[in-house]
Amino acid sequence: MRPGWFAAFRGILWREGLRFLRQKGRFLAALVRPLVWLFIFAAGFRSVLGLSIIPPYQTYVLYDTYVAPGLCAMILLFSGMQSSLSMVYDRETGAMRTLLVSPYPRWFLLGSKLAASVMVSCLQVYAFLFIAWLWRVEPPLWGYVAVLPALILSGLMLGALGLFISSTIRQLENFAGVMNFVIFPMFFASSALYPLWRIRESSPLLHLICQWNPFTHAVELIRFALYCRFDLKSFLAVAGCAMAFFALTVVMYDPARGLWRKRGA
Amino acid sequence: MSLTAPRPDSGSPALRVEGVGHSFGRFQALKNVSFAVPRGAFAALLGANGAGKTTLFSVITRLYDSRSGLIEAAGHDLRRQSGEALARMGVVFQSRALDLDLTLRQNLTYHAALHGISGRRARARIEEVAAMVGLEEKMEARAAALSGGQQRRAEIGRALLHKPELLLLDEAAAGLDVRARAEVLALVRGLIAREGVSTLWATHNFDEIEPEDRVILLHKGEVLAQGRAAELAGDQTLTEAFLALTGGAS
Repeated sequence: MRPGWFAAFRGILWREGLRFLRQKGRFLAALVRPLVWLFIFAAGFRSVLGLSIIPPYQTYVLYDTYVAPGLCAMILLFSGMQSSLSMVYDRETGAMRTLLVSPYPRWFLLGSKLAASVMVSCLQVYAFLFIAWLWRVEPPLWGYVAVLPALILSGLMLGALGLFISSTIRQLENFAGVMNFVIFPMFFASSALYPLWRIRESSPLLHLICQWNPFTHAVELIRFALYCRFDLKSFLAVAGCAMAFFALTVVMYDPARGLWRKRGA
Repeated sequence: MSLTAPRPDSGSPALRVEGVGHSFGRFQALKNVSFAVPRGAFAALLGANGAGKTTLFSVITRLYDSRSGLIEAAGHDLRRQSGEALARMGVVFQSRALDLDLTLRQNLTYHAALHGISGRRARARIEEVAAMVGLEEKMEARAAALSGGQQRRAEIGRALLHKPELLLLDEAAAGLDVRARAEVLALVRGLIAREGVSTLWATHNFDEIEPEDRVILLHKGEVLAQGRAAELAGDQTLTEAFLALTGGAS
């Protein structure tokens, strides 16, 4: 086996971290989006949306508290798509070639890139959770620790989806379609903003779609973990989708298979 | 880890390409391409725009997979031992690919890591390479602040970090002014003389080729002729010989 795998992995993480630190606007944008939802949207809906006691909550919660895990997942979703965008950009500028001519296998390079993007997005989520805590969204203290594996797994799933999408996009200009056809439907057709029982009351079909939406399971995994509970169904759904999306990505970026064969870097 | 692993067969050429083809849908971009780059040699891959040079580079570096033929880098089969083969190549692509947000040192550190080189060894090698390409003074400058010629030299330095046996340069002097072009070419020729790195230099500029260079003439995806530039030219100039062989392509 070729030595230096860890050096390559660490190098990819280091470069992503460095780029993140250099692009302060990216950090602010990632933080402002969920905060706008928390401060404005949640404040407005607090009075009109009644929530019954649903797991993992043991009492009635304010809408701000309900929506916070969904907003954590929202950060991961946008971050995953952002890394997809940067892959397309790297491909257009030629930087992708530099990565792909490394002697390490592509699954490893893509996996390292994915891990790097998850690392960055987890930092963003914790920054958001800190501000949300100041806004009196206060999960148990251990919840902040327990949520980390859920964030990592959900980040891997959404990041792998982003990588998969990047392999299908020919040009940066096509990325607007991702916003319309992936990000918005995934976010709104989920339990991020309203509980599923509420959705079932208004539309059984939408309820079904929400149940099959992997993002719903990411939200629920994070929600339960934040309150120190484990949701097996969500865990299995998120882990399964993460593996499936990553496997598809590896196939698509394989020079002998997928679209990459026809198009290249 | 040693930066260069033992050679499986030091008698094998630095690069061997045999019967390689590649197509995009129905369009056949490469047809039965065969040539070799001997160790320590400078070989020019000469062809007009659209001849298939970049596609050939993409196939040699496994960005595209070739389903026909054989490619070996220093005796390592690209398909069966892709990691070993790629570890022996240093590549400079046609489009510049430095991370413009990062400093030159950061760019080189990242690339060293992509080849499994880190820590003290990486730092030492980066200093060596910076001196080789004459950019010691620019190490802390952002890549975006470097001139076109300096960026090219930086990319050549980056390609040399892991001590490759074969350097592949795809139109490395394209888009540079006359002086920068001459500097880049002199740098590469100097590396061959000093370091013994074998080089495949893709170009469409005849004035980058010396009479003693090995030339592989690629036209519409096919190798039309190969040999020493002086032999190919015969009594004519290389440009005239090229035009005669290709029926007037420029």
